[in-house]
Amino acid sequence: MPDVTYLRPRDVADAVRLYGEHPDCRPLAGGTDLMVMRPLPRALLDLWHLGELKGIRRGDGAIEIGAAESYTGIIGSALVREHLPALAAASRTIGAAQIQNRGTLGGNLANASPAGDTLPVLLAADAVVVTDRRAIPVADFFIGYRKTALLPGELIVAVRFPLDGRVVRFLKVGTRAAQAISKVVLAVSRAPARIAVGSVAEVPLRARGAEQALERGDVAGAVTTIAADIRPIDDVRSTAAYRRAVTRNILRRLLEP
Amino acid sequence: MTDSAASPAVGRSVPRREGADKVTGRAHYTDDLVVPGAWYGKTIRSTVARGTLRAITLDPAFDWSRVVVVTADDIPGDNVVQLIRDDQPALARVGGEIRHQEEPVLLLAAPDKGLLEEAARHVRLAYEAREPVLELERATETYHTIEIVKGDVATALRVADLVVERTFRVGLQEQLYIEPQGAIAFPYRGSGPGAGASGVTVIGSLQCPYYVHRALKRALGLPDEQVVVIQAETGGGFGGKEEYPSVVAIHAALLARKAGRPVRLIYDRHEDLAATTKRHPGVITHRTGVGRDGTLTAQDIEIVLDGGAYCTLTPVVLSRAAIHAAGAYACPNVRIRARAVATNTPPNGAFRGFGAPQSLFAAELMVEHVAERLGVASLDLRRKWMLRLGDSTATGQVLTESVSAELVLDAALKAAPTFQRPRPLGSNLPRVRRGRGLSLVFHGSGFTGSGEKKLAGKVAVECTAPGEFRILTASTEIGQGTKTIFSQIAADALGVPIDRVTVGAQDTSLVPDSGPTVASRTAMIVGGLIRDAATELQKRLTQERPPLRVDRTYVQPDTVHWDDATYRGDAYPVYAWACTIADVDVALDTGEVRVTDVVTAVDCGKAIHPVMAEGQIEGGSLQAVGWATIEEIKMRDGRYLNDRLATYLIPTTLDAPRIRTILVENPYSGGPFGAKGIGELPMDGPAPAIIAAIHDATGAWIDEVPATPEKVLAACASS
Amino acid sequence: MRFVLNGRSVAVDAPGSRRLLDVLREDLGFTGTKEGCGEGECGACSVLIDGAVVDSCLVAVGQVEGCNVVTVEGLADGGQLTALQQAFIEHGAAQCGICTPGMLLAAHALLQQNSQPSDGDVRIALAGNLCRCTGYTKIIDAVLACRT
Repeated sequence: MPDVTYLRPRDVADAVRLYGEHPDCRPLAGGTDLMVMRPLPRALLDLWHLGELKGIRRGDGAIEIGAAESYTGIIGSALVREHLPALAAASRTIGAAQIQNRGTLGGNLANASPAGDTLPVLLAADAVVVTDRRAIPVADFFIGYRKTALLPGELIVAVRFPLDGRVVRFLKVGTRAAQAISKVVLAVSRAPARIAVGSVAEVPLRARGAEQALERGDVAGAVTTIAADIRPIDDVRSTAAYRRAVTRNILRRLLEP
Repeated sequence: MTDSAASPAVGRSVPRREGADKVTGRAHYTDDLVVPGAWYGKTIRSTVARGTLRAITLDPAFDWSRVVVVTADDIPGDNVVQLIRDDQPALARVGGEIRHQEEPVLLLAAPDKGLLEEAARHVRLAYEAREPVLELERATETYHTIEIVKGDVATALRVADLVVERTFRVGLQEQLYIEPQGAIAFPYRGSGPGAGASGVTVIGSLQCPYYVHRALKRALGLPDEQVVVIQAETGGGFGGKEEYPSVVAIHAALLARKAGRPVRLIYDRHEDLAATTKRHPGVITHRTGVGRDGTLTAQDIEIVLDGGAYCTLTPVVLSRAAIHAAGAYACPNVRIRARAVATNTPPNGAFRGFGAPQSLFAAELMVEHVAERLGVASLDLRRKWMLRLGDSTATGQVLTESVSAELVLDAALKAAPTFQRPRPLGSNLPRVRRGRGLSLVFHGSGFTGSGEKKLAGKVAVECTAPGEFRILTASTEIGQGTKTIFSQIAADALGVPIDRVTVGAQDTSLVPDSGPTVASRTAMIVGGLIRDAATELQKRLTQERPPLRVDRTYVQPDTVHWDDATYRGDAYPVYAWACTIADVDVALDTGEVRVTDVVTAVDCGKAIHPVMAEGQIEGGSLQAVGWATIEEIKMRDGRYLNDRLATYLIPTTLDAPRIRTILVENPYSGGPFGAKGIGELPMDGPAPAIIAAIHDATGAWIDEVPATPEKVLAACASS
Repeated sequence: MRFVLNGRSVAVDAPGSRRLLDVLREDLGFTGTKEGCGEGECGACSVLIDGAVVDSCLVAVGQVEGCNVVTVEGLADGGQLTALQQAFIEHGAAQCGICTPGMLLAAHALLQQNSQPSDGDVRIALAGNLCRCTGYTKIIDAVLACRT
């Protein structure tokens, strides 16, 4: 740990500058993923204290959540509860109080784990990842296993959710009721048709085939097709067979009226 | 000196003396101890499951003069971890065998953790790997076999109206004490005839100071008085700190000796999960013969347990498993054939229950299977079969006292909440099914057979000054309240208020060997010795003045007859009993099982401290719930895949059922104030009750633990 | 860097990346906070940072610059145990005690926010604190006993 440089920017502009100067550093928010990485990054760029990256605001037909806003803040936000209840639901399934007090959307996105609990909700909501230089639709954000579309030195500053009245439903299946990485995690919207699944591929996935069936109003078709959209594996947590069966069953559950 | 107005302490939930320290952070566990000048130690371990260690290479790019390196060549005594069989080396040697992943090969000590990690990165181990034996079914080496025979099982099975056969599997389980293993060793130069004589003191997280003492003497080649073992405040054990601390202590001591300074050897959670002992997994097959009317006529049982790569305590685990294998039932014809085999997996060891949870799991589910085949309620079979006063067990032990199968059964049934299944909505069956299961178990208190006689546990009770008393015992406090219950027992035997009694530190230079803190023996056996010593001390104080000390050594009552050769007779002085009722919700579309309620009625003879007795039951029950549902260990190439706390999962508050305990007291005349053992019993009941509940909910049988969602979903699909 | 620890201002000369857990235990001598896993799973290292319960093994000490940190040692006011600490003793909520500091802080944070938690609220608030000894029953009883 002592060999790891700690950088403390004054504001976002300073953070972007420092990031550019230290390409081997990793932006640090609550630390719930970064602090257990082995080996640790060479330098940590501490964003946690930057007010510009906190907050939940509404404007321009969207809700914008600061990249370093904690899940506790998200769960407690009246705006989120009203317009993005699935995001609050997903946030509640992450870890427990200690993790929710430090975990952030920025961290969940940058970590790009296929099991990230909020990521299917972001996909089903057509969220936009706002960085220091552009806006990236979340559907274009995950390009490989733990790989994102972020360019070197590019910093996530917020996540924007269009307010279009869509209803997103969320369900996570984990080994236990708290502090569990998911076996399968789904978020679904009927209109527009969005079916997003985590822990069934190397990235959080949009199940395009199932979505097309859902678009046509063919719920049974969506439930049958989804098995072909996903590519689950056997791992320490679960099996491909289980993930396939449960993805189907959970989709059926989430599409119930 | 005596205060006759003091109300008896035994049976009251007196304030626990250690309480204030634990809630203020003042209690110091091993890693909390500040030792100026101490170095940090680390164990380098094998990365193959089987083979020959060809070479240890210390990369010359690192300056090895900055650290201390210990190999098998540095072991002054015998390179062995002393326990039952001398098969486990303290360190593997070059040219010698590696028998499991994570086997200790080399030790390092350095002044700071950064340097330690750097040194570790510069060690290379070279092996000639061999094909490992990773499955119990493929094992070729047997550690131990036990056969228990009663009556004539072969004939009874032949003439039975119905024979039911089932096979059950039980999985590995990690004890998961929240404080990982650790020890600090202090080398010292002794005084005395051998000028420059050196010894070692080890302070550590442990259950059995004298086990560690013996192991250190052997490996370091030191006499009794040059080894001191002190138990630090210990953050949980559950058997996981019965024998494994000897390994940690030997390693820390070797490093400290070579470094000439104290060395801290504290495991992190990953190392603890990857390398330390687990509950023995196994396969148990029952063939049960019954009459048409449900009479139990024959039990033919086969048990195979996987001991892992070294013997450790496996023969004793096998013994407990075998003796409890027929369950809490009376049967005239029983044959139990048990064997423990070796595989190239990390050695398995003690974990609460110690073989009994495994064999009782099978025995209890057998009752369910037989009931289903006969078309009767399993409760009716249990009432028919259960052991009663005057019945004999599988080993031919006639139970003459404190038999409570029916008592606990009735108590649990009375206390269980009303059971309601969710009603189907219209034509749709509910997606979540509710089920209830019940189990009835017993657990022998103390060491098996002549074990306590061989242990010859010792305690002392002193009057240090008028009205001041002190208990000297090696029995350890590991959360279960040892010091408090001993103080209660002594205070009442002396007729003094409890605050006049203290318990000396668990330091081998100060206290006698009371035997290990295991086997549900602390309250009954050691507590009994304390009661006797205190009673005698009280008598002598009417004639003599303090300071005064009374020592007591365990003498086996001549009513206990056990034959080690035939494995027949009185396996234990007495048994404790429990009935568990578990309610579950099963989601049919995901296989997820939620245990919502557990009710357990327990007879432990006499609850010396009711709140702490409940605590044992609640804690042990949740450990069993975890074993039955989410504590799964997967292996690849002989290594545990679940080697971090993110992947080895124990229940959180949101997974824990409401646990209700009912203490039923059926006193045992041979226990202090009627007390029997309680520590392990709570582990035996919940798992089969949960599996029975899953069956009640879904109609599916899962004859194994853990009943993971993957297994439940598959079983529901195929049934 | 400076922060407030248990009501007192402390100056720490450690690299900003050093774990808060290690600064507390080793540099400042407050060993009440425990390391059970080092990966944010067990909660034994829980502390309060500006009133929020977090795992100190996941916090780089630089991040608490100017913050208010409370450990178990900071709960009892001048040696007088809090009602929560008393309740833990009375209800048998501590067996081996290693999870107790973290439990107390998580429970304390809950009671600061919600003085009348339900059984369910308590379970949610303590879900990040693993206990292996108690089965949680008496811990939950102790917290519920502190409702006001």
